[in-house]
Amino acid sequence: MSIHTTPLDDLVACPQCDTLHMAHSLPENSQAHCQRCGIVLMTSQPSAIARVLSLALTAFVMMIAAISFPFLTLDAGGLQNATSVLDAVMAFKDGYAFPLAVAVAFFIIVIPLIRLSALIYALGPLVREAKPRQGARQAFALAEKLRPWSMAEIFIVGVTVALIKVAGLAAVTIGPAFWAFAGVVVITVLKDQLICRYSIWEELDKASA
Amino acid sequence: MGRAGQSLGLITARSAGLVACQRCGQVHPLETRICKRCEGRLVSRDTQSLQKVWAWLIAGMIAYIPANIYPMLLTSTLVERSESTIIGGVVELFDHGSYGIALIVFVASVMIPVGKFVAIMYLAISVQRHSGENQHERHVAYEVVEFIGRWSMIDVFVVAILSALVQLDTIATVNPGIAAVSFALSVIFTMLSAQAFDSRLIWDADRTKQQ
Repeated sequence: MSIHTTPLDDLVACPQCDTLHMAHSLPENSQAHCQRCGIVLMTSQPSAIARVLSLALTAFVMMIAAISFPFLTLDAGGLQNATSVLDAVMAFKDGYAFPLAVAVAFFIIVIPLIRLSALIYALGPLVREAKPRQGARQAFALAEKLRPWSMAEIFIVGVTVALIKVAGLAAVTIGPAFWAFAGVVVITVLKDQLICRYSIWEELDKASA
Repeated sequence: MGRAGQSLGLITARSAGLVACQRCGQVHPLETRICKRCEGRLVSRDTQSLQKVWAWLIAGMIAYIPANIYPMLLTSTLVERSESTIIGGVVELFDHGSYGIALIVFVASVMIPVGKFVAIMYLAISVQRHSGENQHERHVAYEVVEFIGRWSMIDVFVVAILSALVQLDTIATVNPGIAAVSFALSVIFTMLSAQAFDSRLIWDADRTKQQ
């Protein structure tokens, strides 16, 4: 079949190198790669959307716990200082560093929460086989666009480095929020690996029809 | 059939007179402006891509200079006050015997940013020269830069946590230095530079050479 006789909706273009491919349904648990640059074009996993949605809900609840509970407590020479995730953000609140406090708040709290809410909003009705909500497409596009700016996992590695730096100086107690935050990171990685953009756009198309 | 997306002989959407949505993969006739599926803006090639790449990259490199000169952390204890720069922090960790952690910080704050400056410059220059060589290697370099760039933020978060945690009145306090701001700016600018790069340009050069 030549390219000019194929209906446009049956074509998929690689987002990174623009090479055209014919779309056809994948068997379960397989991946389709771009023939030229080799990136994964689509994956097919059983009930991926339901799993993405449940992981997003879990991560959302744990994120709230991570913000509310004590994160780390420092003890030295009879003095104690408890720190929450918000305190870490507020470390930059003084003077010229204030914009950095805003940026850090976005990277580790606001953007992860926006991504999770947008995914839950966009995918929720699909699992119930209902029509997508108004703005579901924009919400899903936003969640994907914000992916590189969501830095919860980098924050956790930063915390580990900081813990080793103060380990000699004072005793540090790890609070429940630390574990909640670590949980968010693991779940987010699992969730993002399950997301196949192409299939979700297709599901949104089918559900709107 | 592990590999679906049957080959059409490696034709790009552009050469077939079509334009593809980079967000959702939907293909449209060339003159279409807005994707019918995801409502994203369609551009066959971002002609201003390289200008934006260079602008953000230069901004990122400029911000990286004060990030290395000025202190990242201001520490005061009962006996002394000290300031440490990025490299100073690495050396300190190394002296304490935390070689692994010293290595993580060194890789995240020095090797990744500098490697990124070089990689983005190489990608931009090779596209400007319409080089048709090493497209696969260049594409891998682009993917690595996109994936790894955000990890440089580690040091900024280390400073945030230390400054929040170590606030023990007279015994010991840690406060952020101005370098934390310039370092964060440098990371943000280079991330924007990598995102402005239109990876399809790598493969276009390849095609012009074949013709």
